[in-house]
Amino acid sequence: MPDAVALYRTIRLIRRFEERAIELVRSGDIVGGVHPYLGQEAIATGVCAALRPDDVITSTHRGHGHVLAKGADPARMMAELAGRVTGLNRGRGGSMHAADFSLGILGANAIVGAAGAIACGAAWAGMLAGSDRVAVTFFGDGAVNQGVLLEAMNLAALRRLPVLFVCENNGYATTMPTAGAVAGTITGRAAAFGIPASTVDGMDVSVVLDAAREAVERARAGAGPTMLECLTYRFDAHHTFEHRVRLRYRDDADVAAGRSRDPMQIQGARLDPDERTRIDVAVETVLDEAVRFALASDHPDPAGALDHLYASGLRARPGVA
Amino acid sequence: MPILSYLKALGRALGDELAADERVCVFGEDIRVGVANVTNGLLKRFGPDRVVDMPISEQAFTSFATGAALAGRRPVLEFQIPSLLFLVFEQIANQAHKFPLMTGGQAAVPVTYLVPSSGSRTGWAGQHSDHPYSLFAHVGVKTVVPATPTDAYGLFRAAIQDDDPVVVFAPAAAMGVREDVDYATLVPVPLGVARVHRPGTDVTVVAVGHLVQTALSVAEELADEISVEVFDPRTLYPFDWTGLAASLDRTGRLVVIDDSNRSCGIGAEVLATAAEQMRLVAPPKRVTRPDGAVLPFALALDQALQPSRDQLLTAVRAVAKGG
Repeated sequence: MPDAVALYRTIRLIRRFEERAIELVRSGDIVGGVHPYLGQEAIATGVCAALRPDDVITSTHRGHGHVLAKGADPARMMAELAGRVTGLNRGRGGSMHAADFSLGILGANAIVGAAGAIACGAAWAGMLAGSDRVAVTFFGDGAVNQGVLLEAMNLAALRRLPVLFVCENNGYATTMPTAGAVAGTITGRAAAFGIPASTVDGMDVSVVLDAAREAVERARAGAGPTMLECLTYRFDAHHTFEHRVRLRYRDDADVAAGRSRDPMQIQGARLDPDERTRIDVAVETVLDEAVRFALASDHPDPAGALDHLYASGLRARPGVA
Repeated sequence: MPILSYLKALGRALGDELAADERVCVFGEDIRVGVANVTNGLLKRFGPDRVVDMPISEQAFTSFATGAALAGRRPVLEFQIPSLLFLVFEQIANQAHKFPLMTGGQAAVPVTYLVPSSGSRTGWAGQHSDHPYSLFAHVGVKTVVPATPTDAYGLFRAAIQDDDPVVVFAPAAAMGVREDVDYATLVPVPLGVARVHRPGTDVTVVAVGHLVQTALSVAEELADEISVEVFDPRTLYPFDWTGLAASLDRTGRLVVIDDSNRSCGIGAEVLATAAEQMRLVAPPKRVTRPDGAVLPFALALDQALQPSRDQLLTAVRAVAKGG
């Protein structure tokens, strides 16, 4: 299991990856923008630290942290955001669809709440194949009012699937405060299906890791799904378009309060300062190389825009005859 | 020779695929007892880990199948009602279909979606009588509509063996078709290959699904005056354009009969492609449901909105004289 240093390193990697990605959005090297994971790093880090390489995850539109924490190469991830052929998805997915099936990353998913049922199906298939691997589905507070996610929880409980439902409650579904959208409670939804659920501090990676370990052990032992509601705060915009179009849905005091507890500082304070500095420098080197690699990589050939559309190799008719 | 009914052909195909490939599994509602008359006996034969009865949660179990497929299974889903495809359009068109491209070729989603009673079943009214195969052809999901028991067997097996999502529409109005066949001769039918049920030299009638029988009946009635070729695409996406071009090289005249709503139905695509790229000596026609059709309940109203034998007869005569 990872030690405090490794946990900090992953948090720092995600934090700085996101900040570098935002710079590349501003420079025009990443088109379409990104949904920054800033402030939520302890959740992906803690949960993925409880997993084995053969465990699988599904992620969200705000998914960079999950993908990196599960072990994706930051350089190929950055290349994917920049739409290059060397990207994880060969430049076909971008920020919201990053996937690396060799690492059990079944893809970020751009439809809120859509991936839960996919994770359940993968968990079921693994269970029937005799594996004790676990599936984790990450989602936000906005997803808990999507019918298909609630249906998936029912299926997971019914079939005692080895699934961990991780809700990252960052306070806002785009601009809608959680209180304005969620009747009852988030954990109450799990409880309704008989799924054990707890609410934990999503800003402290050690708390997240402990909770995730318990849930993963439970799933591996055949005891079924668990839900973790991780309380966190989205430090930055819903999406980088907010950097250009200012939306007034949370005031400065709210943001200051939300940012007062920083998962990177919380974990960083547990390290020897010199060691922390060494990690920060090493992470910067990794990200310098990631950005260099991404921007030096080739753009895809437009002639191949329909490549991979069909796994069977079927070629679609072109748009002009 | 034994009689093969359409539903029995589907059940037999499913059983044969379950037996041939242990990755194949079936999800659906009430499939343990075979409410749709396709999965009868499969639970006893293959057990509850491969024949999985699901709660009424179509959206979840459709994406559940996607997840299982990503993890190496080849699920077959049964939907009792064609309109349920509207409910799971996101899960099929926006999730399953998009995974291979979005992941840059890392993923395959070999899932088959079976609707064993599509289109009007007479008397089932607005929300149980749709025939939305053109929607799936439009988004590029492989779509098959078998007209006969032999093709139902063969296309269903080929769909399950295919590495991409495939929707199989089994028209309710084709359920009465029976064939004398030697079961040993039943084989998979490749997707994307049309079948000429009756050769002709004057007019090509492209007929979809149950309307193949309607077209054959019209061709027979007109035999003394017009030589009609009955062309059954069998797969609507990918469509056998080469086969259609060969047929129009013979006839140069085209009528399509298609149980879709008129706008953007597959009939519109067939006419457009033929007009752009194929030999036509007269303006083509199509016989379809009206624009935006919602089938009313009363029998006469339900039938009034479906493409009819009389409409086809009139269209064939008009096209034969045109140009």
